[in-house]
Amino acid sequence: MGKIKGAVVVNTERCKGCELCIVACPSKVLALSKQVNAKGYNFAYMANEDACVGCSACGYVCPDACISVYKVKVE
Amino acid sequence: MTTKDIIKPENLVYTKSRILNDTPMHYCPGCSHGVVHKLIAEVVEEMDIQEDVIGVAPVGCAVFAYNYLDFDFQEAAHGRAPAVATGIKRLMPEKYVFTYQGDGDLAAIGTAETIHACNRGENIVIIFINNGIYGMTGGQMAPTTLEGMKTATCPYGRDTAINGYPLNITDLLVKLEGTRYVTRQSVHNSASVRKAKNAIRKGFENSKEGKGTSVIEIVSTCNSGWKMTPDQSNKWMVENMFPAYPIGDLKDI
Ligand SMILES: Cc1ncc(C[n+]2csc(CCOP(=O)(O)OP(=O)(O)O)c2C)c(N)n1
Ligand code: SF4
Ligand code: SF4
Repeated sequence: MGKIKGAVVVNTERCKGCELCIVACPSKVLALSKQVNAKGYNFAYMANEDACVGCSACGYVCPDACISVYKVKVE
Repeated sequence: MTTKDIIKPENLVYTKSRILNDTPMHYCPGCSHGVVHKLIAEVVEEMDIQEDVIGVAPVGCAVFAYNYLDFDFQEAAHGRAPAVATGIKRLMPEKYVFTYQGDGDLAAIGTAETIHACNRGENIVIIFINNGIYGMTGGQMAPTTLEGMKTATCPYGRDTAINGYPLNITDLLVKLEGTRYVTRQSVHNSASVRKAKNAIRKGFENSKEGKGTSVIEIVSTCNSGWKMTPDQSNKWMVENMFPAYPIGDLKDI
């Protein structure tokens, strides 16, 4: 059976660091960065890239529509 | 396969709807309003009705909804959105007309407009954000504030002997002949977000059929007003708001 692999891209300037994506991710992929964006928010990033399965849970719950999700089937 | 190989246009499975424009939303971090705006944008894009939808914005935190959603909007005076939507829908019956209102707007100052629009069975969609508080003005008690819940104007908790009982206005609207679809949803996790989106889509589809008003309550958080983190707010909502405002369809005819 093929394995599913995912990745997300966070629009770091839109992100407000609310952490809802971090809580929603079933694979504990996301974390808040130490850096801040222009508004002073610590933004979300993939701290554990290998664990992402592209389920989009983070994207669904993000109130600011910051997250794009990509997904591939690896043979 | 590296992350770089995965991030290619052909592998994209989820992204911001183009109907939600690039203007940063003014809502507090983690606010439910953002999620619901996003769902409306997705539904409008999927139904391909950008040219045919007219929203009516409330007074409350969502007063600037028209800055973010790329379609026609009308701003209404506090609580009057259902009356304004009535006028628009009657003049342009071919349009998809909806209101977007908070609990202070819909269930306090606008109670009469809400009840009468639903009682007339106007073919509009009412999207009702119930966060149990007046968010915009600094977290005062709303009609929907729970018993014992602390707000700026009931700092010791809502006392029903003084402040009356939480008003479950959606339950009242079910009883009116004019409503055809009444549902209560939430947006606190990915499963509920999907269900809320389906409810919003159903409301928009209904309004074409001329069979009455669709009311979609979204039990929501106002983490700033509640003085909790966004995640704590979601948990508090599940524990405390859901027993008073249970999730699910209340009427579907
Ligand atoms: C006629 C009038 N009365 C009072 C106000 C002040 N006011 C602005 S927003 C608001 C309440 C908003 O609360 P809600 O509808 O629950 O929306 P939220 O901000 O929580 O999304 C009030 C009372 C006003 N703008 N106009
Ligand atoms: S849910 Fe959205 S706004 Fe909140 S931290 Fe994640 S990406 Fe940022
Ligand atoms: S005050 Fe409350 S309702 Fe208003 S934007 Fe902030 S979190 Fe949302």
